[in-house]
Amino acid sequence: MEVFWYIIISVILAIFFILDGYNFGTGIIHLFFAKTEKDKEVIAKSAGLFWDFNEVWLVAGGALLFMAFPTFYASVFSGFYLPLIIVLWLIIFRAIGLEFRSQFNFQMWKDIWDKSFGVASLLLALFFGIALGNVVRGVNLGGIENGVAAFEPHYFFLPLWDSSFSPLSETPGVIDWFTIIIGLISVVTLAIHGANWIILKTNSSINNKLKSLIFKLTILLAALTLISLLAWQIVNPNSLNNFIDKPYLILFPILYFSGLIGLFFIKKIKKDSYGFMLSTLLVLGGITSSLASLFPVILPSTNKLSEPLTIYNTAASEYGLSVALGWGIIGLILVAIYLIIQKKLLSGKVDEMDYGH
Amino acid sequence: MEDMIFYDRLQFAFTITFHYIFPQLTMGLSLIIVYYKWRFLKTNIEKYNNAAKFFMKIFAINFTMGVVTGIPMEFQFGTNWAKFSELTGGIIGQTLAMEGLFSFFLESSFLALFIFGEKLMGQKLHFLTGFLVFLGSWASGYLILATNAWMQHPVGYEILDNGKFVLENFSALFSNPWLLPAFLHNQLASLVTSSFVVASIGAFYILRNKSLEYGQLFLKTGVIFGLASSLLLAFPTGDWNAKNVAKYQPATFAAMEGIFETEEAGAEIVLIGQPDMVQKKLDNKIAVPNILSFLTYQDWNKQIPGMDQFKEEELPDNIPALYYSYHIMVGLGTIFIAIMGLAVFFLWKKKLYTIKPLLWAIMFLVPFPYIANITGWYTAELGRQPYLVYGLLKTSEGLSPTVSSGNTLFTLLGFVALYMLLGLLFLVLVGKTIHQGPTPQKH
Repeated sequence: MEVFWYIIISVILAIFFILDGYNFGTGIIHLFFAKTEKDKEVIAKSAGLFWDFNEVWLVAGGALLFMAFPTFYASVFSGFYLPLIIVLWLIIFRAIGLEFRSQFNFQMWKDIWDKSFGVASLLLALFFGIALGNVVRGVNLGGIENGVAAFEPHYFFLPLWDSSFSPLSETPGVIDWFTIIIGLISVVTLAIHGANWIILKTNSSINNKLKSLIFKLTILLAALTLISLLAWQIVNPNSLNNFIDKPYLILFPILYFSGLIGLFFIKKIKKDSYGFMLSTLLVLGGITSSLASLFPVILPSTNKLSEPLTIYNTAASEYGLSVALGWGIIGLILVAIYLIIQKKLLSGKVDEMDYGH
Repeated sequence: MEDMIFYDRLQFAFTITFHYIFPQLTMGLSLIIVYYKWRFLKTNIEKYNNAAKFFMKIFAINFTMGVVTGIPMEFQFGTNWAKFSELTGGIIGQTLAMEGLFSFFLESSFLALFIFGEKLMGQKLHFLTGFLVFLGSWASGYLILATNAWMQHPVGYEILDNGKFVLENFSALFSNPWLLPAFLHNQLASLVTSSFVVASIGAFYILRNKSLEYGQLFLKTGVIFGLASSLLLAFPTGDWNAKNVAKYQPATFAAMEGIFETEEAGAEIVLIGQPDMVQKKLDNKIAVPNILSFLTYQDWNKQIPGMDQFKEEELPDNIPALYYSYHIMVGLGTIFIAIMGLAVFFLWKKKLYTIKPLLWAIMFLVPFPYIANITGWYTAELGRQPYLVYGLLKTSEGLSPTVSSGNTLFTLLGFVALYMLLGLLFLVLVGKTIHQGPTPQKH
């Protein structure tokens, strides 16, 4: 039962990163590459139409995590206190940027909210990457210093950084050189993903330029991926053991690398949706590979004294999990129906839609 | 430790108070929008459709605010109340996760379609999307109330040796006797707020002599919905909730009614007075004898235990705040019935649109249903103290063990600054929408 819920929640969070990920990426592209007002408007709209639906995946994933793995939820949310609250503030800035830019028709107002949307998107992509880096690296569970625990072994508290900025320190912070690398991977991946979304959903004048941008970013991403794999070996020499023990898990890295390789051919791809599918593979593969490398652990411990958090030692009761599976499946079927209806009705390029004004 | 509880509670109180400004309007307003859209389908008079679309604009601004201030609420269970989450997540996680799956997806999918899809879908489907938005927002209210009902009156659980609450009976969460009255009371209160907003905008247009046709429509809808919901709010739902408090949280009942000493036969009802916590009495009290016993038990002489019957640690920790919250809510509720009753009377006499003092009053009363809603929630939440889960888990036992008060104060200050900005933007945008008016703009 724990495994079922682990899979369901992972899928929901992966969908969140695919959907809101293109939204973050759209913001990054908007910040750096949209120059004319027409492009800015249509690119913001291609994100603005969908942000709240996309963000609901985070809310739903978070709430399901709370229900199924309450100990994990409590530990991680209090342990990453500051970064999480900062993420909340960024989410607020991004959302109001998107919603309010078109409320008044003068340039200064639009510029303010465009920057708010763009900068918040960039930082969110970076922070979510850093968060993933933290989960992969592990934390100082129990708050152990000099062999003495400060908290119960399933609690921890991370400072934003430790003066060494090293993942190998006894008390690593949220930001260190390893998590920064993962953060950059996240920014580049989502920028590619967002660029593909803009090409798919708009007729902006920069669509052609974006294709060569995607190509360049893909080269950068390949280099970063290589660096991160080496860095990961330094942080945790056993990081790839799970893939050797359970060979079927290799499916997930294959998703990632097929997306990556495919994107090298972006300029030759005629159909816009293929590019978007490739970057979807990239996001999906990246997240699932990271999670798979840990499974069944969900938060490793950087010290030897505290046990890592796993899906088994953090789960709710068997009865609770099985009741929830009943309504959970009904709920997810409904969500799939909404998603299909919405995509059908709001398909096509954003600037060609007739809203009935 | 003391200042940790203080800052954590203050942050939760501040963020939830600000958050609840928005859902209380969207829940009620979605019903009024569905009503206008339905009238349009029946009559094919364009006015109703424009009214629905106008309020949808106001709804959308509120919805955005509700979403962005709502995400921090869910996060705070984990960030600031980690121990509470760890111990009870297996139970309240159920209802909170159901809210995510069953209502947020519904609302967010169909709101975009309602706003942008009228031409794409045709009128009947457009009505349906509006109805689904309404359904989603009420489902959200129901599931949040189910969560809160469990904290007020825990049912269907088992406590393990390590202190964890484990779900034993899922359906008990929904047959909780606390849930239905609290849900109905809450939804009606949300309808009162929305009715006042609709009526107030109507009164504004009439007084400004602008968009008169819509001014009269809004005022009429607002006062009729307003009177009906204000009446139902007091009776039966308000009465029903008070009886629940008397039955399940007698210490809270004594504190909120301001009964310091138990009377031999029949408790008085306090109308006015200031609690003096040192001398344990009410200053400047005005009270009517025996009424409280009658209202609660339909028996003039039934004894109701006062605060002297309970141990100090069983009583809520801020009795004056609880007492005032409750009395402000009840007092305002009574005023709403009077004003809306008067307005409906003059509507029936066909004089409402010309009685200026009443129009001014309706226009300026609009903040008060918000205050009544929020003090109502303060009554529930302060009344549950010193517990998070009534009688079982103390508030002081639910904090995050690792988060220091300095960090909480930092984030609290951040939220205050950010929410001030949000509040300002909200007022500007709603003001702009009202100023533009419901008549469709010509491009």
